[in-house]
Amino acid sequence: MLKTFPRGGVHPPENKLTAGCPIEVLPLPQSVTIPITQHLGATPVITVNKGDKVLAGQLIARAGGYISANVHSSVSGTISKIDVITDISGYKQTCIFIDVSGDEWVGDIDRNPDIIKEIRHTPEEIIQKCLDAGIVGMGGATFPAHVKLKIPAGKKCNLLIINGVECEPYLTSDHRLMLEKGEEVITGARIMMKALGVTRAIIGIENNKPDAIEHLGSLLNGQEDIIIQPLKVKYPQGGEKQLIKALTGREVPPGGLPIDVGVIVHNAGTAFAVYEAVQKNKPLFERVVTVTGNSLKKPGNFLVRIGTPVVKLIEAAGGLPENTGKIISGGPMMGKALSNTQIPVVKGTSGIVVFSEKESARIPYGPCIRCSKCVSVCPMGLEPYLLMALSEKELYERIRNERVTDCMECGSCSFVCPAHRPLLDYIRLGKSTVIKMMREKSMK
Amino acid sequence: MNNLLKVSPSPHIHARDDTKKLMSGVIIALIPAFIASVYYFGWGAVIVTLTSVLSCVFFEYVIQKYLIRGPVTVTDWSAVVTGLLLAFNVPSNLPVYIIIIGSLVAIGVGKMSFGGLGNNPFNPALVGRVFLLISFPVRMTTWPVPSGFKTGYADAVTGATPLGIVKEGLRNGETIHQLMAQVPDHMQMFYGHMGGSMGEVSAVALLLGFAYLLIRKIITWHIPVAVTGSVVIFTLILWLINPEKNSDPLFHLLTGGVLLGAIFMATDYVTSPMVPKAMLIYGAGIGIITVIIRVYGSYPEGVSFAILIMNAFVPLMNAYIKPRRFGEEVKNG
Repeated sequence: MLKTFPRGGVHPPENKLTAGCPIEVLPLPQSVTIPITQHLGATPVITVNKGDKVLAGQLIARAGGYISANVHSSVSGTISKIDVITDISGYKQTCIFIDVSGDEWVGDIDRNPDIIKEIRHTPEEIIQKCLDAGIVGMGGATFPAHVKLKIPAGKKCNLLIINGVECEPYLTSDHRLMLEKGEEVITGARIMMKALGVTRAIIGIENNKPDAIEHLGSLLNGQEDIIIQPLKVKYPQGGEKQLIKALTGREVPPGGLPIDVGVIVHNAGTAFAVYEAVQKNKPLFERVVTVTGNSLKKPGNFLVRIGTPVVKLIEAAGGLPENTGKIISGGPMMGKALSNTQIPVVKGTSGIVVFSEKESARIPYGPCIRCSKCVSVCPMGLEPYLLMALSEKELYERIRNERVTDCMECGSCSFVCPAHRPLLDYIRLGKSTVIKMMREKSMK
Repeated sequence: MNNLLKVSPSPHIHARDDTKKLMSGVIIALIPAFIASVYYFGWGAVIVTLTSVLSCVFFEYVIQKYLIRGPVTVTDWSAVVTGLLLAFNVPSNLPVYIIIIGSLVAIGVGKMSFGGLGNNPFNPALVGRVFLLISFPVRMTTWPVPSGFKTGYADAVTGATPLGIVKEGLRNGETIHQLMAQVPDHMQMFYGHMGGSMGEVSAVALLLGFAYLLIRKIITWHIPVAVTGSVVIFTLILWLINPEKNSDPLFHLLTGGVLLGAIFMATDYVTSPMVPKAMLIYGAGIGIITVIIRVYGSYPEGVSFAILIMNAFVPLMNAYIKPRRFGEEVKNG
């Protein structure tokens, strides 16, 4: 029996167009634009000036606190300016612009492709190396990885989960990474196990990637410290709480963290980045990005330097089609729509999905017919129809009592609503207002 | 590229279902029962259905366009569904003017006065039906016997429904054993060969529709199973206590619109609860009230009243019966 989470969920068309496309190295762009905040947490402090010459892998902004991440140059070249742009989130954001002159890397990075399986570092050294390398969660949440490798006082961790679910339609970057860099992903997982002091890890992979399940299984070759667990295909199984439930039966309490049930979850892409940081001294300055869409001529998976404008990726995938209506960073369920194609790839960019005019149109919405489909698909056990109604009426005290803050914004409710109601739009509005109110109250 | 990119919040894709598709799914699920009605009741079934559907759509259009002066939404097919269900709940020889009055009450009072689709607390078709039952008690309980196209719409031979025969007989001191000889046997009732409202008679046709609704995932099993389950359990207990005074559970299940009510009326999205737990309570309530009315009340049938009574409890259930929130009871395995 394949495991899955029991409550809610939807099954959007998978559209994994690029599952069979090997990772290609994208040629270096002429210039890169590197936002200094690519993670969840404090804004880093810029350590370079306009006109400075930098190498690939050189620190250009230092973590601005404990929950923050270092940022490195992804190319060798000259800093042309430090300026503000509108980033993926739609907010203004300080970026470092670098004119590319070549591809010279910082000296201590090991560019030899040999796989080093032996883990020589102590847990403290591993955490320090992840911090130095600016590793963040590569699944899209971009939470600094070193924070999640250090168990807070009073908590116990007995299991590491590697998230290889990739439940978003279209995206295949983790899938390709597990297929082509399987040994590195497994070693990365073992490095994290050592840092966490756990003896067990589970890699959860949805059953629509049988080749990855088989490949990782054969690499493990009977070693029992890591288990590959195939999962039934269901969105949002890659959600941390859903994955933990599916694999262990444990439920993270509302407002809690995975560590509250003794688990730490890291993405497969993060495991790879940790491997490179610890074994090869390589900071996080490039990542695999799926560039896809039914209208693209050559969709594919690309190894891309951080800061590369999205337009370069689309050009590599056959150019922007005439009828393009929307470009999404991330998957179509939780990704963000881009306002222009100059926006740079960041550490959390798992995919670029191009939709035609027709695919991107929203249908006008009708009245709620109370079919209760939103209630039945909500993986958190919430009532989206009610949350939207309360949010529309600005009844924030009530919407808080209906647990709006439990919502993880997976979008299953809006996806399934037959009246095409923008449930999640209103729930987000209610959720952010409630969080703001709670914050203001606690400050008083 | 000259055109601007669309920027909107996630999700960026949508399942293919929409209100219209769900409504037309319900209509498709009603087709077997309609065919059965035409087979058993001939032209009457066609005339009643056409009148009811056309007048429901007409009244919704007129009210939205000329009274409310708002957007006209008859294209969502919900008025067609109401019209069909109203027709299925009346005798097939009902005069046209009575059907038109019923449609006006169903759409005008039952639906539009509360704000249209999605806002009405009571099932509109049943509001129309109960209004007619109280206003035209004789015409609404004069049932044609199944004779296909052999008799016309106006000169149909009429008789009592099995439930009516049993109720009347028990009142006159006859035993269930004697009465069962006067009604069609269970197999005939399963196919629909009995007097009754035009859409309620054929269990097999209604079950076909149920299967379709389940396969298309238009409804879930909760409400129909709770209604029929509670009817069966309640009547089984009564039957076991005194089989000479109480009909058997299967008889109750196959007669008087229990299946039509359980599958098509009680499951109306707008007037049923949102949470599975509440759906079960709501369905069980309908089943229990139906049996109470049938066995202890003065009406031979009680499905319509039972559904309307439970409709009234739905807002309360929606407010206080909540789904189990993720992580609420922490289990650590």
